[in-house]
Amino acid sequence: MKSLGLRRGVNWAMTALCALALLVALVPLASLLWLVISRGLAGLSWDFFTSTPAPVGESGGGVANAIAGTLYIVGIACLIGVPLGVGAGVYLAERGDGPLGGAIRFTAEVLSGVPSIIIGIVAYALVVLPMRRFSALAGGVALAVLMVPTLARSTEELVRLVPRSLREASLALGVSEWRTSLSVVLRTALGGILTAILLAVARAAGETAPLLFTALNNQYWNLRADQPTASLTVQIYNYAVSPYQDWHDKAWSAALVLLLLVGTLSLAARLLARNRFR
Amino acid sequence: MVLTVLGAAVLVVAAVIVAELLRVGGPSLAQTGLWSFVKNSVWDVTRDVYGALPFIYGTLVTSGVALLLALPVSVGLALFLTEMAPPRVRSIVSFPISLLAGIPSVVYGLWGLFVLVPLLRRPVEPLLARTHLPIFTGAPIGLGYLAAGIVLAIMILPTITSIAIEVLRTVPGSLREAALALGATRWEAIRTAVLPYARTGIIGATMLGLGRALGETMAVTMVIGNSPTIRASLFAPGYTLPAVIANEFAEASGAQQTGALAALGLLLFAVTVLLNIAARLLVRAVRRGPARVAA
Repeated sequence: MKSLGLRRGVNWAMTALCALALLVALVPLASLLWLVISRGLAGLSWDFFTSTPAPVGESGGGVANAIAGTLYIVGIACLIGVPLGVGAGVYLAERGDGPLGGAIRFTAEVLSGVPSIIIGIVAYALVVLPMRRFSALAGGVALAVLMVPTLARSTEELVRLVPRSLREASLALGVSEWRTSLSVVLRTALGGILTAILLAVARAAGETAPLLFTALNNQYWNLRADQPTASLTVQIYNYAVSPYQDWHDKAWSAALVLLLLVGTLSLAARLLARNRFR
Repeated sequence: MVLTVLGAAVLVVAAVIVAELLRVGGPSLAQTGLWSFVKNSVWDVTRDVYGALPFIYGTLVTSGVALLLALPVSVGLALFLTEMAPPRVRSIVSFPISLLAGIPSVVYGLWGLFVLVPLLRRPVEPLLARTHLPIFTGAPIGLGYLAAGIVLAIMILPTITSIAIEVLRTVPGSLREAALALGATRWEAIRTAVLPYARTGIIGATMLGLGRALGETMAVTMVIGNSPTIRASLFAPGYTLPAVIANEFAEASGAQQTGALAALGLLLFAVTVLLNIAARLLVRAVRRGPARVAA
């Protein structure tokens, strides 16, 4: 039998190690946030938000077209992905207790673990190959495919929170089942579903890999769905791997803009969720 | 009826993913044969020779390094937050951890490229080189397997931690209390009662983290050095499956290269799907409540 002192010592040491794990996890986060903010702020100006990228060596220039492009591509993704994802989620919550529901739920879980670059290849085959050009539409399709499984799972959880009595009241009034699902259950869960959509949008806006060979990139303004389109993430990547110092600075500034965009979306989602349950 | 169609959309999406990947990558894979594709270590675009081994090797090495680094930290962190820390700390800390999960991977890549890589170049890699281990040899250039593994570790940390926390919460309080009542210290209670019970779930969490590491693209592409070679040293530049797809797909010079890249994608898809299926089944079994009582 080990002495009590030794055992206490081991206990203390392990507690310290676990607390150390917390520190180890937080150091990279702190370093990353600090650098994005400090190095990013240095290059931010009004110009950065309103102009298109400048060629190497020229001062000024911004990422206005990339910001617009990200919003545009994500918008297309929402048009396709939100109805499918939310619809599937409502199905899972309302009718998903059978074997089909189980299969769909499991498929959604597994799909959410598929690397996003793979989805890029799929969108390439689906849209870029037949159209013979890179386009915002292809990027939107890629992000939509990424959205569907996560949105389906989160919508299901939220719809399951709707009280049975509401559903039964509607059915008792003679409303058909699917009308009940859409105009009673879905409407009640709407606030929560908006939260889920905002989180999905935040995630989609931060994706790079599936856009590399679907939406590609563009140094100019573009708002046509069948043309290559810039996005913040791809722009950050291109700036970062370039050999030019002033492009590196722009990468940090663009990263700050991206974090602000993603952070605002997530924060809005959190606030929305909080108000709902008050 | 309308609902069923919408619900089936998920299955349709899955079917489309598989069908399209097979359409683009299948012919090339069938032509070379799976085994000779996988064991060929030469990737030479100019000669139209496409072998998958350097990328498979790089993916496994970087993910292995990432797991080795992330697993102890994640489990320690999860234990600290569920078993040791006061509830106040838990609620304060859960926010930054979720923040870590929400940062886009290209931003991790940026940080890796301009913070981690210089740090590895000097002083970390020269220091490690003094150990004279074969995995720590060669020029300390910073870009390479080690840098990619560390960035991956940071990225999968929140995944493993959050699932491990979920799993640890399912451990019945009575087990813990029984151990404590028998005179165990808190750590002994964790080691003898909590961890054995949570083991299956933590393995599942690890597999989900591994799945994320295998498929992570941007951050790895930016720090691994992008060289289709196989080296024993972690300091050496390498390549991974997603990284080569990210770099070469848009500018593939011909149908053969596109086909080979898509075949790499097919491999990656198959591996991550199998891993995810296994992991989800494990985590699900734990969530459903265990029928067994750990010894």
